[in-house]
This record gives sequence, structure tokens and C-alpha cells, in this order.
Amino acid sequence: MTEAVHDVRLRVNGVPREVNVPARRLLSDVLRHDLQLTGTHVGCEHGVCGACTVLLDGAPVRSCLLFAVAVDGHEVTTVEGLAEDGEMSAVQRAFENCHGLQCGFCTPGFLTTITAGLRENRNPTRAEAREMIAGNLCRCTGYQNIVKAVLEAAGS
Amino acid sequence: MKPAPFEYHRPATVAEAVAVMAELGDTAKVLAGGQSLVPMLSMRLAAPDHLVDINRLAELDYVRVADGAVKVGALARHRDVERRAASAAQPLLGQALRLVAHPTIRNRGTTVGSIVHADPAGELTAVLAVLGGSVRLVSAGGERVVPAADFFLGPLESATRPDELAVEVSFPVAADGASSAFVEVARRHGDYAVCGVAAVVRRGSGKKAEARLALISVAATPLVLDVTMVANSDDALRAYVTGQVEPSGDIHASADYRRHLAGVLAVRAVREAQAA
Repeated sequence: MTEAVHDVRLRVNGVPREVNVPARRLLSDVLRHDLQLTGTHVGCEHGVCGACTVLLDGAPVRSCLLFAVAVDGHEVTTVEGLAEDGEMSAVQRAFENCHGLQCGFCTPGFLTTITAGLRENRNPTRAEAREMIAGNLCRCTGYQNIVKAVLEAAGS
Repeated sequence: MKPAPFEYHRPATVAEAVAVMAELGDTAKVLAGGQSLVPMLSMRLAAPDHLVDINRLAELDYVRVADGAVKVGALARHRDVERRAASAAQPLLGQALRLVAHPTIRNRGTTVGSIVHADPAGELTAVLAVLGGSVRLVSAGGERVVPAADFFLGPLESATRPDELAVEVSFPVAADGASSAFVEVARRHGDYAVCGVAAVVRRGSGKKAEARLALISVAATPLVLDVTMVANSDDALRAYVTGQVEPSGDIHASADYRRHLAGVLAVRAVREAQAA
């Protein structure tokens, strides 16, 4: 039996894209395999680690917990879409300044989560910054410098 | 870690959805937010032949107050429920939702889906149970409203039949003089609760005074306890609650520790609700 495929249209980082995929194709796999946007990382693939977090119509979601076909017609922002005109965004610069990453595997998920988090709360307290990133796992940094980066990005 | 193949259906109306579900019976699962279903599919703990995606049923995207209840449609995401003004009519909703996973999960997960999923650790199951709310189920043959007490049948098992779509959950609004709290202990914030307690108290003398609890993660379904008679003494309340629960142990907590938590958290929840 050949598996049925579906036409899925997405606006990814401002660019209209179209893929033809089976219904079971996860959004994370469409981004990485079909669209070659490998900045979105896949860690646990069951919604726990947060590495695959992207923005769906501006709000952070786990791309490994979405079927691409179910978000047909929507807007997706990946880590590749955060820089503007080749310049790193405030959140990305803050990660560099504060040493908010080491191996970098979890970083795309943190950057997208924090980008949306700061839009919602421009002036987080330290406690709110910790809460903002509580759904993302990092095995290198111990989180201290990521919290610093959130606060620095908020202040910039 | 990839789901098995399935046939995908994307109805545009509730009528279309229930017609498809009537035809497919128990070979189909409903996809709403998917925050519990997709991991189960990816780990192949579930492999339905069909998925009925209800994400286009805009008619079910609402949170409103009507007939003395906060009515939540099946497409309202947890974050919508947290944010929309209507939810303020029942503060226990917000108190519980902040403990449901993380904001990123709440952006997509739905409140109705969480209740239908009937996870023994699901905070919203306790909210529905302690408030005595109800779930509205629609099928091609008609509709019925199931009270919370009859809705949860076992772990991950609700009264929803395969051909029925849960379209709305009703949470009664807070009664005059009532206040509430939700407390839980989890290994990490946002994780499944090792034990959690929803409390609703009502001040007053004689028959008006009331204290009710619903506990999660200590039984197959949310456990509702009327603690009105013991609510004024920490010791009596703790002893009563620990005597009522029969939790099981797992890698996260022994049965004894869960029982201990149930007593401690019951006292904490009642005191917090009384202070609210």
C-alpha cells in the first residue's frame, strides 16, 4: 500500500513554501528534511526537551508534536528566521555576550522560546526569566548564563 | 520514534466530524492539540488507522460564561483559557492551568482534550471533578451531557464513545463566598504531579460551610473527598485524607510517600483556599 501524501503550504520565515508529505510527517521533519532548515534540532522527539521549539503564528510550540498537515496554511518561524538582514537579533547577541550556550544543541529552542517570551513580557524578573525557559532542557550550561542572556536581551 | 501511517481526515464542521467518526468507529482517534496524542503515536503506544483532525472546527474555539458555568469549547487552547476574561468566573481554572506542563505546551494543548485524555495526573480532571462540572458529547445520533462523576472511568479512559466528539466542558462558576487553590508536588515544575490537590472551600456557618478536594496521581481517576467536617484541624484533615487514599508506587514515588503527600498537600490546599 502506498501512503497518501498531502499538499501542505506554510509560510516559513516569511517565505511561502509547499511540501508534499504523508500525514504522519512531523513539522520538525518537514523543516529539517523537506525544507533543509536544519537549525531546528530534534532531541527527545516527544515534547520534553524543547530543542525543536519553533514559533507557530508567533507563539512557541514543539515542532515534534505537530503534524505538518495539521498546520497547513500557518506561519512558522525557525531559528533561521530570527536574524534580520544578516544581523543577529537581540536575543542571539545576548546569548553570545553572556555565554548562554556551549555545545549549542538546545540553543535554537531557547532562542525561539525567549524571542516570543520577551514579546509577551518585555521586562521579566529573574524568576520570570527562569519560568520562561523552564520548558527547555540544556545539559551544558547549568542555565545560569541563559537566564543572564534573557535579562540582558530584555534590557537591550 | 515516528508514528505509524494513518489516514488523515480534516472535517470543517462538527457535523462533518461526527459523520466521519460514525463511519470509522474505534479505528479513529481525534486529534486536537496533540500534546499527549502525538508522543503516544511517535512511541507507537497508539497506532490508530485514522486521525480526525478537529483543528479547523472554528465553531469550537471559545471560552464563555453561560448558565452559571465557564464553557470551554474543544478547540480552546490552555493558553486561551488562561487569558480570556471568562475564565476569571472560576479562579480554580487559572490556578490549575499554570501547573499544566509549560507555556509552550499550553499554547497548543487544549483544555477539553486534556480532560478527555483522562490522565490520572491531569490537573484539569481534578478541577472538573471537584467542581462537579460536565462534558458535552456529540455524535451523529445526537448529544448527551455526562457529569464529571460519571466521566472518568479509569487511567486514560473516559466515558466518551469512539463515535462521540467531546465538544465542550462546563466548569461551574465560583459560588458566593467560595475560594479555591491548587497545589502539587512534581519532580520538576511542569512535570507530571507526584500528587496534586484541588481544594474548594466555602465560608459560612452551619450547612453553608463546605470544603471539598479532588486529588490527582493517587488513584486511577480523580478522587473527590468532602472534608467539611475535618477542615478546621490540620491533624484531623491530614489523618482523614491519608486514610482515604490507596496510591500505588512507581519509580517517582513510593505508595507511602504519595499517601504522605496527599495528607500534607490537602492541608496546604485547604489553608491556601481559605486565605484566598
